Amino acid sequence: MFFGIEWDTSSQWAFAVSIFPILLHGLVVTLQATVVGFFIALILGLVLAALKSAPTRLIRWPAKLVTEFIRDTPLLIQLFFLFYVLPEFGLTLPAFLTGALALGVQYSAYTSEVYRAGLEAVAKGQREAARALNLASSRTFTHIILPQAVPRIIPALGNYLVSIMKDVPVLSVVTVLEMLGVAKIIGDRTGGYLIPLSMVGGLYLVMTIIASFGVRYLDTHLPKRGLSLK
Amino acid sequence: MEWTSYLAPLSQGAWVTVQLTVYSTILGGIFAFLFGLGKLSHNPLLKGISVAYIEIFRGTSLLVQLFWIYFALPIMGQAIGLDLRFPPVVAGVVALALNIGAYGAEVVRGAVQAVPKEQYEAATALNFTSRKRLWRITLPQAIPEMMPTFGNLAVQNLKDTALVSLISLGDMAFRAEQIRNFTQDSVTVYTLVLFMYFGMALVLTACMKLLERYVGRWRAAGR
Repeated sequence: MFFGIEWDTSSQWAFAVSIFPILLHGLVVTLQATVVGFFIALILGLVLAALKSAPTRLIRWPAKLVTEFIRDTPLLIQLFFLFYVLPEFGLTLPAFLTGALALGVQYSAYTSEVYRAGLEAVAKGQREAARALNLASSRTFTHIILPQAVPRIIPALGNYLVSIMKDVPVLSVVTVLEMLGVAKIIGDRTGGYLIPLSMVGGLYLVMTIIASFGVRYLDTHLPKRGLSLK
Repeated sequence: MEWTSYLAPLSQGAWVTVQLTVYSTILGGIFAFLFGLGKLSHNPLLKGISVAYIEIFRGTSLLVQLFWIYFALPIMGQAIGLDLRFPPVVAGVVALALNIGAYGAEVVRGAVQAVPKEQYEAATALNFTSRKRLWRITLPQAIPEMMPTFGNLAVQNLKDTALVSLISLGDMAFRAEQIRNFTQDSVTVYTLVLFMYFGMALVLTACMKLLERYVGRWRAAGR
């Protein structure tokens, strides 16, 4: 029994059907962790990107080093680090939040690069033209650069959203009951790993296929020349 | 306990991590070429298998694949009368290689498709056999284009090896967890391990850069 739902081991089909609702409970946690982790990554990435384009080298270089460090070290170790080290500094978060924070930190290194590449991809002539037209630099950014950068940034961020979803199972090591963790526990208790783990694989495939259609839709339907502000 | 006393067990684990990374990156590279070229094949069976492989391994989580190979495959083997119980090292290397190979296959496909069409036409006009065209014309031009992404994938693979500690393989992450259990000194242990992974990633990146420069000579002159 798990989440108050009994499983039925009378036949393989009955087993698969009976554990499906249990896995869906796990799926909800997976999606929640994905969304929370993604939002943390979006915000932290923005901070990192801003620091990396700071006017002084004193800020820019450490920010680059930190990004490189985050990107080159495993999520699992970062997760353990946050999980065991934060409480020693008096900050005790629930396992779910620690996990989402670890996902957010790991992927902030990637999102910060997405922001930077998106902004740099806007043609240089656009900046020069805005300058020639005597536009204030804040207006140049919000009205010229950003509307052209956003359609490039969003599909790339979408790909990282999918990657985050695929990394959520790592959170099961700090007792977050996401889908794979749930399937593993069902397997541990019944000895039948094959069906729950295969079902998790199948559900992941369904989710990533849906997500990749979403990303492709965004990629083809966002206007390449920039979002209209009107 | 002094932090220097952690170094001996951690470096034992580091050696396992290095071996896992090297084996699975090489095996993954082989998978990448096999299935990446397979996806471009005109044979519907080869193409079908390659597309299915790429979609399945890119579409699911590495940890799901690892657990499936380690926990579920033996049960399936039992059902069909085969012994598919693998030691953790084999399961780990195979899972990592299959996963990174699927990502690599897409890179191979993209780079091969990016070789200008005129190159194929010229090779055909010069009466090259299709095998010779692949070895002499396509791959020497495509491989240099793949290298930067392969470098990223290799680092990704190094990071992913940490997950094999979850099937009780004694890599660096596993040793760190053991030491933490024993000493409760989590700050030192995990800081140390983070820096060790970072160092390994820097070395790996440097190696991939060297390889990139080496195969860069295959680029056609004037391009």
